[in-house]
Amino acid sequence: MANVVDAPDGYAGSGFFATSFDKIIGMARANSIWPLPFATSCCGIEFMATMSPHYDLARFGSERLSFSPRQADLLMVMGTIAKKMGPIVKQVYEQMAEPRWVIAVGACASSGGIFDTYSVLQGIDKVVPVDVYVPGCPPRPEQIIDGICKIQELIKNEPLRRRNSPEYQALLESYNIH
Amino acid sequence: MISVDNAYIVQYLKGHFEKEILNIEEPYGFLTIEVKKEGLIALLVAIKNDSVLHMNFLTDLCGVHYPESPNRELAVVYHLHSFINNVRLRLKVFIPASDPQIPSATAVFDTANWMERETFDFYGILFQGHPNLKRILNVDDMDYHPLLKQYRLEDGTRTDKVDSFFGR
Ligand code: SF4
Repeated sequence: MANVVDAPDGYAGSGFFATSFDKIIGMARANSIWPLPFATSCCGIEFMATMSPHYDLARFGSERLSFSPRQADLLMVMGTIAKKMGPIVKQVYEQMAEPRWVIAVGACASSGGIFDTYSVLQGIDKVVPVDVYVPGCPPRPEQIIDGICKIQELIKNEPLRRRNSPEYQALLESYNIH
Repeated sequence: MISVDNAYIVQYLKGHFEKEILNIEEPYGFLTIEVKKEGLIALLVAIKNDSVLHMNFLTDLCGVHYPESPNRELAVVYHLHSFINNVRLRLKVFIPASDPQIPSATAVFDTANWMERETFDFYGILFQGHPNLKRILNVDDMDYHPLLKQYRLEDGTRTDKVDSFFGR
């Protein structure tokens, strides 16, 4: 059976279907996320399993990894981010086009994890805004998939003009991203 | 053929550098000699070029901080290896934290370059004559040397820990 997502709410009649742009674009975006894997350590290994046929992230429309930030929709930070790496995470984020989402996979990316030490960034949300945190050291592939599903929900329900809102601008401003 | 072992090295160094040696010990069979900083480079050159010893490889170079020993707070440790005789030698030099200077070994061993930068990065030890003494591992704008024991290891920006559970 073909795997087809359900149509959003709308008005259907003979030969037409009417719904709002928000919903239809959200649906299209949510099911064609191009992730940029920023894998620095052990959690990246779990991501490799997540991409492999056994767990198969392609089922969720994300089989196409984008190693160029300019084409990526979702920044997946998986692993310990040393302070020296922080500016690079931020630069990659800045190079991504809107709309963009960020998922912090694992304890290290979420909070610094076991590395409560002078050389490690205590969570990537110190340098870029994060949409979804996946706990675990490392999280299992199922958890990473669950995190991506959470991102899909965010994408489906995001109003089209959210990125133009003063709140969003203020959020970026607070990270000194313009 | 002379067999080069710890006893031979001690005998050689006592013969040539008697005045530079401060202490000799052999923990776990690893010959460890404390030398004066003034004689260090001459000693390194001599044992590297000696036609019997051939101490030709600098395996490691690192720092140690002993805040409780006055005027010898900082140690620089050199691990040498003779590939030809397959013997190892550890040299230690102690220097005061108030004047953390020591001659660079880069002129003797090229390997010393990055290892001295690392030791400078973490302990603030100034290797005189080093061609490029700047940080190598930590962020460039760090303003202290993190393995000195007066600085705490943890990061001050940590927010998700209940301090009382972690003894802070
Ligand atoms: S959270 Fe655990 S598994 Fe993941 S990168 Fe950190 S130490 Fe490794």
